[in-house]
Amino acid sequence: MSTFQRDLSLTGQPPKTINLQQKIATVIGIIGLGILALFLMNVSLPHKAIWLTASLLLMTVGVLLFTRAAYANEHAGIKNHGVYFKSLSSRGFWAWALGIVLTLFYVVLYWFPQYLGLVTEGDNKGLIALFDPLSRLISGNPASQWFVYGTLYTLAILIFGIKFIYKYRHNRYEVIRTFSVMFFQLSFAFLIPEFLVALQLPYYDFKNIWPLNYELFAGYKIDEFISAGTIGLLMLIFGVISVFVITPILTYKYGKRWYCSWVCGCGGLAETAGDPFRHLSDKSQFAWKVERWVVHSVVVFVTVMTTAVVFSYLRQNESDSLSEYSPIENHAVFISALEGKPLHERVRNAQEANATAVYFINKEASEAPPRLSNTEGISIPFYVVSEVENSAALKEVRRGEAATFVLDGPEGQKVTVAEGASVSFFDNLWISKEFFIWFVIGLLTLVFGWAMLFRREQLAKDAKYGAIGYFVIVLSILLFTYFSTPWKLFFFDAYQLRKGYGFLIGAMFSGVIGVGFYPIFGSRVWCRFGCPMAAILGFQQRLFSRFRITTNGGQCISCGNCSTYCEMGIDVRAYAQKGENIVRSSCVGCGICSAVCPRGVLKLEDGPRKGRIEGKDVLLGTDIDLMNHVN
Amino acid sequence: MEHVVIIGNGIAGVTAARHIRKLSDKKITIISSEASHFFSRTALMYVYMGHMRWKDIEPYEPHFWKKNRIDLIQDYVTRVHTKEKKLDLEKGQPISYDILILATGSTTRTFDWPGLNFKGVQGLVTKQDLENLEQNAPNKDVCRRAVIVGGGLIGVELAEMLRTRDIEVSFLVREGAFWTGTLPLPEAKMLSEHIASHGVDMQHHTELKEILGDDEGNVRAVVTNKGTEIPCDLVGITTGVTPNIKFLETSDIETDRGILVNEHLETNIPNVYAIGDCAQQRNAIGKRPPVEAVWYTGRIMGKTVAQTLCGNPTTYQPGHWFNSAKFFDIEYQTYGWVFSEKKKSEDEVHFHWKHPNKEICITFAYHRRSREFLGVNTFGIRMRHEVFDRWLQEKRSIDEVIQHLSQANFDPEFYTQYHSLIQKKFMTNATITA
Repeated sequence: MSTFQRDLSLTGQPPKTINLQQKIATVIGIIGLGILALFLMNVSLPHKAIWLTASLLLMTVGVLLFTRAAYANEHAGIKNHGVYFKSLSSRGFWAWALGIVLTLFYVVLYWFPQYLGLVTEGDNKGLIALFDPLSRLISGNPASQWFVYGTLYTLAILIFGIKFIYKYRHNRYEVIRTFSVMFFQLSFAFLIPEFLVALQLPYYDFKNIWPLNYELFAGYKIDEFISAGTIGLLMLIFGVISVFVITPILTYKYGKRWYCSWVCGCGGLAETAGDPFRHLSDKSQFAWKVERWVVHSVVVFVTVMTTAVVFSYLRQNESDSLSEYSPIENHAVFISALEGKPLHERVRNAQEANATAVYFINKEASEAPPRLSNTEGISIPFYVVSEVENSAALKEVRRGEAATFVLDGPEGQKVTVAEGASVSFFDNLWISKEFFIWFVIGLLTLVFGWAMLFRREQLAKDAKYGAIGYFVIVLSILLFTYFSTPWKLFFFDAYQLRKGYGFLIGAMFSGVIGVGFYPIFGSRVWCRFGCPMAAILGFQQRLFSRFRITTNGGQCISCGNCSTYCEMGIDVRAYAQKGENIVRSSCVGCGICSAVCPRGVLKLEDGPRKGRIEGKDVLLGTDIDLMNHVN
Repeated sequence: MEHVVIIGNGIAGVTAARHIRKLSDKKITIISSEASHFFSRTALMYVYMGHMRWKDIEPYEPHFWKKNRIDLIQDYVTRVHTKEKKLDLEKGQPISYDILILATGSTTRTFDWPGLNFKGVQGLVTKQDLENLEQNAPNKDVCRRAVIVGGGLIGVELAEMLRTRDIEVSFLVREGAFWTGTLPLPEAKMLSEHIASHGVDMQHHTELKEILGDDEGNVRAVVTNKGTEIPCDLVGITTGVTPNIKFLETSDIETDRGILVNEHLETNIPNVYAIGDCAQQRNAIGKRPPVEAVWYTGRIMGKTVAQTLCGNPTTYQPGHWFNSAKFFDIEYQTYGWVFSEKKKSEDEVHFHWKHPNKEICITFAYHRRSREFLGVNTFGIRMRHEVFDRWLQEKRSIDEVIQHLSQANFDPEFYTQYHSLIQKKFMTNATITA
């Protein structure tokens, strides 16, 4: 019954097929892709810059011509004719073909970059070599698989963004929103990080906020920030502020759309290149249930993982944790803390790890310098240097320059660290692991307690059970593993946790399934089922925001366009036909439900929290008492 | 346990069932011959246009009915025995009821045109009509031209549907512009132009006289009242709808055009109610016609009858008139009454504003002397139902309404606002008349 309209329509007729100009445009675009394929197959041609330009240009021209052919002769307005008749947009042959190609691309990108031509030592080959000229132009470095990916990703958002804008040219919300995602992708995600690298600063996409950017607080990233001095520190602080301050404020004011459909790169691709597939999202209640469990589990996972990673970083920063396995071979080691095990043991541990010398930075000039109470078996030198007297030298040594230290003590002896010598600093972070653990526990308790105390009437039963369950489990494991040695929070090595998360969530979920399956499951699978950032923003949106989609009184005719074209699989109609406003944590505020509504029923708005959800019974003829007063 | 049987699974019957379930534990059965599950009739067009699949226009998932203990029977009721409280079914065994709700909706209204029986002549009301359309007009090769008769809401929908498949359409409109029976002339003209701009051959002042067929019984052409013969493969009859009550001819339920009901939606037979398109009010409510084939009135009647049946006798009060529609790309909303030139009273005055070069316009109706705001038609501007309902309720003056127009705007964010232009023209007009 549900497919009679497909069985009966013959091939080769509008709106099922694309017109001749669109076919020509498709061929042009595919030639552009073909150039990439040639290089992928290691056909090495000279003049890479020209070939690259030609390829990108052909793809651009192809998409723009396609857009023109599709919409130029049409009135401005909704363009969904034949969406469910076309193979590509209704899970037909072309949809599967595209899905498989995209999936393969992601598999190669994440796990086999050598097939794209990545060469770690020496010149790149193949596809990656093709992008070398552009990469050198922007940052001065050779391309990597991520540069190739970033370029194609940005190009897709830009050209399909233009297509989207033209498609929705009658709708200013869509036009402005799309310009916004195009801007953020091109500048924040693509150019600025490359420029930062060119300036010898850490690679940083400022709009890529933790936990979407799950590596932001990984040890190597923090090291990068810290070693970049003040600017690096500001970046790190910005990263913390963006998740704890900027995000809640903007989400309170505008809902999570400010991020998910105005700024975010994943959302940007979904809204532009993914637009033809938006209706494929699953609208069933079952899918909604799966969504709630899966996405919130990812939040738990990322929180656990990040906590473990930061904890382990802080722990490793303590000289107390020095051991023969510490990566300090041939390093001059600087320490400055006394709590924990005796100083001589630390020095011995450093020696076992083949450090060259241990410097104790004495921060309290007034106090007597500490001494080793036991020098048995210690053969590397141990120096105590005053921080005040050696501030210049400390800076020099961090920069890798030669530095001369004045030792504490009446003699005023001097020791020089040679230029380019490896150094390791310990005890130089202002937060301790204790502080961090209690901060995490405090924050989780605060959020949990707030939701349970002040929003419990808005939480469904399974939400309450889920929250309580996760909260109790996470906190118990956290406390248990914290108070037991050997300092592995959550039983696993932090590095393993991060690797596991990166593989399962970062690569498999957001890449392979998220984008690879666009033509099968729709464009927002990652955003809906996987993105922990979207889940946190959604939590705020549902419980603490002024945003809602208003239902216009009794005008809804239950046609189902809103639900069908909701990329997040929200059954918008279920609310609209009851006259209720839509306040759902997953809503990314793309505005398409409002656009496709034939009766002007839906409007995205920010307004007072009072009366945000309830319907206007009087307009629906439900409020019997009030109705008696009408007419 | 009382057994409530509802004939018809459209918006009225299904709303009644849902609300009876909300309020009580009665046994509920819905009988429909049209479709196994409730679907949105207003969305039939989107299935043909490829915007949605059939299952997308069903507002509830199949498990909904079982969960809410609403039994569905797909069968046709041939006869109602009110004395025995029993229904005869075409296929299944007779079924008895304690309470009967008739919600059988409408069917295409036709006139006495010769040739209505040819294959390719159809309306667009039911699921079967949609299936027929897929047969009769699958593409522009099978259906080279369609003639649509009757310039109303269904006619323009059918035209839009056929145009998505590039099928040539001739639209016969009795008046000089589209839907002038309802709309003031400036609006009707704008719509006529818009429909024509989508490649529809608008034939104003033209009526159907006869439908011609070929030897195989397929439609071949139509003849208009001007004597022109238009060759075609499809004739869409969209001259309105009429209550679907033929099966009641043998019963003692009182009917006129529709099933006659009082303000509690009760028929002349106790425990038999009628709601939705098939019901006819014995006493008209306000300026509403006694038979109203409108989505939301069906919904309100369903809720009302559920209240009455569950111990809270309630009168049917649909409130201030409102409605909406979409004509190709132009959205239309109306709140309160704006009558066409033909129907409006002496005292109803119109203030009309149209954008100089966009297809956006608005018409306000107000009382000549009291200046009471009576209603508004808006095209291309979305308005807030709640606000206009309140203004109508408070009997605001036209001057206040125009002054506070921005409060009622419901367009998406960042849309260009036109109140100041509208206000300016209103002030200028006022100065001229003064």
